[in-house]
Order: sequence, then C-alpha cells, then structure tokens
Amino acid sequence: MKKRNLTFYLFIVPVLAWLLFLIVLPHIDLFLSSFRVENDDGITVFSFANYLSFFEDSIYWLTFLRTAFYSISITVLAFVITFPIAFYLTKVISKKYSSFMTLLLLIPIWVGELVTIYGWMILLSDHGVINNFLIYIGVIDTPIEMLYTDFSMIIGLLYMSMLFMIVPVMSALDSLDDSLIEAASDLGASKWTIITRIVIPHSMPGIASGGIMVFMLIIGDYVAPNILGGKSSLWFTEQIYNFFLTTIDWSQGAAFGFLLLMLSSIIIWLVLKITGQKLERVGS
Amino acid sequence: MIRTLPSSPLYKIGYRIYIAIFYLFLIMPLVTISVLAFNDSNFIALPWEGFSLDWFFSDTNERLGLFADEDLLISIWTSFETGFFVSLLSTIVGTFAALLFEEEQFRFKGLLYFLALAPLVIPGVILGISILLSSTSAGIFIEDNFGIYIESLSPSFWLVVFGQFSFCATYVMLLVGARLKKFDRTLEEAALSLRATRLESIWYVTIPFLKPAIIGAFVVAFLISFSNFNTTIFLIGSDPTLPVDLYSRIKFSSTPVLNAVSFMIVTVITFSAIINIYTSRKK
Repeated sequence: MKKRNLTFYLFIVPVLAWLLFLIVLPHIDLFLSSFRVENDDGITVFSFANYLSFFEDSIYWLTFLRTAFYSISITVLAFVITFPIAFYLTKVISKKYSSFMTLLLLIPIWVGELVTIYGWMILLSDHGVINNFLIYIGVIDTPIEMLYTDFSMIIGLLYMSMLFMIVPVMSALDSLDDSLIEAASDLGASKWTIITRIVIPHSMPGIASGGIMVFMLIIGDYVAPNILGGKSSLWFTEQIYNFFLTTIDWSQGAAFGFLLLMLSSIIIWLVLKITGQKLERVGS
Repeated sequence: MIRTLPSSPLYKIGYRIYIAIFYLFLIMPLVTISVLAFNDSNFIALPWEGFSLDWFFSDTNERLGLFADEDLLISIWTSFETGFFVSLLSTIVGTFAALLFEEEQFRFKGLLYFLALAPLVIPGVILGISILLSSTSAGIFIEDNFGIYIESLSPSFWLVVFGQFSFCATYVMLLVGARLKKFDRTLEEAALSLRATRLESIWYVTIPFLKPAIIGAFVVAFLISFSNFNTTIFLIGSDPTLPVDLYSRIKFSSTPVLNAVSFMIVTVITFSAIINIYTSRKK
C-alpha cells in the first residue's frame, strides 16, 4: 500500500469523528441503556425488564404491530397513488411542462411536515374547509367527524411521505427507453401487460428506494399521528416520546427505540433482499 | 399510453382528471392555511370573517400578530442559526466523505460507507434519543472524572446542531458524490503531474467542478434542518426552533398566527422554487 499523504488524513479524520461520535457510539449506548434498570436500592443493574414489560403489556406490542401494519399498508398505498403520476410526468406530458409540474411536487416537501399537517388539521376539522364545502353543496347536514381518527392520521402520513416515492420512481422511469413500450404495443400487448411486464420491472430500483424512504418516514413519524390521530390512533413513536419527554424513563424508552430500530431494519433488509437491491442504490 | 402512442379520448381524459385531483390534494392544505392567514377571526379555521392583516401586524394581547410575537420571532431566528451551522458543518464533512469514498482506497472502506449511509434508514426519533443518551452519558463521565461541566452535552443549541448534522451530512455526501462520479479524474492527474500537491489539485480543480453540487447541498441541508422536528425535539434546550415552537402551539394554543407563519414559509419556498426554474431555464 502506498504511503498516505496528509490530505487523506485531513479528509478521513472529520468523517471518522462524525461516524464514531454521532452514529456508532450513540447506537451502542442506546442498546446498552435498554438493559439498565434501577433496583429497589436505587442502583442501576443489568436486566431484561424493559423488554419484558413490552411483551407483558398488550397495549405496547399491539401498538407495535399496528404501527408496522399501517406503515407497510400506507407505503403500498403511496406507491399505487403516485406511480401513475410519476409515469405521467416522465412519459406522457410534454417535456416543457414536466419540469414545472415536478417542481410543484417539491414545494410541500420543502415547506415541511409541521406546516402541511397543520393545514390538514384545518381542512379536516368539524368547522374545516371540507366539512363546510360538503354542507354548502348539500351532501351532508351535520359535519362528519374526520379529524382525530385513523382516517385523518392516514391522510397526514400519506401526504407527508408519498412525494418521496415519486422522485426516485421518476428517475427510474426516465431511463426506460420509450421504444421498448412502442415495440410491445406494436406487438399487440395491452396497457396492463406493458405496465406489469415492462414498466414496473424496469423501475424496480426506483420503487425499492422510494418505498424504503416512505416506509422510514412513516414508521418514524410522530407529528402526523400525534396531531391528526385520535385517542385510539396509537403510534409506536408516541410511546417512545412519552418515555423520554413525559414519564422520563429513558432506559424503557431506549428499549422501545431499539425495538423500533430492529423492526425497520428487518423490513428494509427484507425489501432489499427480495428486490435484489443494495443500500448504496437507495441513496441515489 | 406514451407521447408517441395514440390512446382513446376516454383514457386521456380519465388520466388528466386523476392528475388534477392529485395536484388539488397536494396544494389544498397549503392554499387553505395561506388564505386563512388573512382571516379576521380569532379561530384558526372557517368561517371567513373578512380580510385582515391582524395576524401579521397587530400587537394587542388578544391578537398577537407574527411581527409582534417575540417568542415566535426568536424561534424563527434560532431555526436560521441552527440551519446555518448545520449546513456549514454537513457541507464540509459531507464533501470530505464524498471525496474519500469516491477517490481513495483504504481498509474498511465498505464498512465506513455503510455507516455513512445508515442515517438514511434510521428513523429520526432513534437518532434523537441515541444522541441524547450518549451525550448525557459522556457529560456525566466527563464531569465525574475531570470535574468539568460541558453544557453542549446536555440538551442545548449545539446538541441540536450536532444531531441534525449527523444525518444532513449523509445527504450532502450523496449529492456531492453524484456529481463527483461525473468528474474526469485525468484533470486531477494532470494537475498532479504539473507538480500540484494533492490538496492543491483538489482545491483548484475538483472543488470548482463540484461547486454547483456543493451549493445545492448546502441549501438542501439548510431546508432539512429548518423543518426538522423528529430528531430536534429530544435535543432541544431552552430555546426552541420554529418546528418545535409550532408543534407546541398547535397542540396547546393555536391562534391564526400559525397560519401567518405558515403563509410566510409557503411564500418563501414557492418564490425560491420559481426563481430556481427561471434561473435554470436561462442556462
């Protein structure tokens, strides 16, 4: 191996410091803290109690399963809703308008989650825009209860995450040669066949990385379930927040945090395995 | 189906309606808050009571407008400061990381690259709590052993900066790395053969080539930092950033001043987007 010059160390030292102090050590500490419990004498001891309480109290593991189930379903829903949009913007609409319409998609992302979720709160409330509109056109007489339900929570989660699906899918579709679609069409393939046999397989890398982004955002989200969800719309992150910010039981919170990290890592690992993708590709 | 292929009128119209509904869904919350920011009412939602600029300029106790609400202005300023330091740090370290992983060969490169990408697949909550736990442990350790109390290891401005930096650096690395992939390495080699040092060749040849990506990454890091809530909430000290302040107001004391702030954010973002289109079209 050739001799390293100073420049190499100039680059690697800050990068190592970043990864060691902000990624590796914090997660090791998270893992260790999750086994810490204070015994009756007030001394911190090693124990599995934090994990046991997760399995003993059904509200915890039911919320865990619920969060996992909803996160996967909303990710699939986000794909179904946004795929036609991504296809339209890359393959159907003329290039002149496509860049403008793509830019419009980015505005809600950059405006930020809190503002958009607040907007949905106003839209969906009893005196909100949607209820007023429906009463005005005479579809309903009394406001429908939409805010503080699972419905409003799903809308919020979908809204803040789905745009992260479009961008990678669009870049995958961009690289699909139009002539392949033309050839299939000339040979008599139906639209459905073209979509399922050519377009979707080709854009699989984009779908996988978009799906992972969306899934991550949903499963780790706190704002949408907390602001838009009702009393029964429990979300696993809310329990972690409570342990850290309300009941101040950090080691219990650490155990729950570690469980969430395991859940998301396993699901992402499975998706990468099934679709044959690499983590490196997710970033691009 | 695609531009070059004919499709039935019904299919075309149906598709267009779907697109229209989608865009309506997209802009509805933004338009609603923006319009209601000018509502002459003490409630955040309908009914419409007439046009008013109270929620921007009024400074009575009943109606504290955006420009009179000192707490709100302070939290906006805190967000700007945080965003600036986060972008600065993550642009520098992220660019170093991009150069390192694209141009250098060393042991454990794969492992380090995996770790650098990890923030993409770690929920923001987890980053927040693990940095909180470890910095607290470090703070206690240092205080016990050296008798020094380091304020930035407990929840504070700088802990927020480091917490946000931990994942913003990944995005910078990816953005700068993408442009670096298109870089012609022979230019660097030419500089080196003309007796430039490695550092000079990077500074005078590679960095100028990367400049657009570096500026873009700085802006992206700033925007991510400015709107971050999930990680920030755990690391915040006495001075909240704008999203944290907005959250507590939404939960506990929502007045239409929230609409006014949201309107400002939507306007600034939309204008920057339009400027972006305009400048990129001129090129």
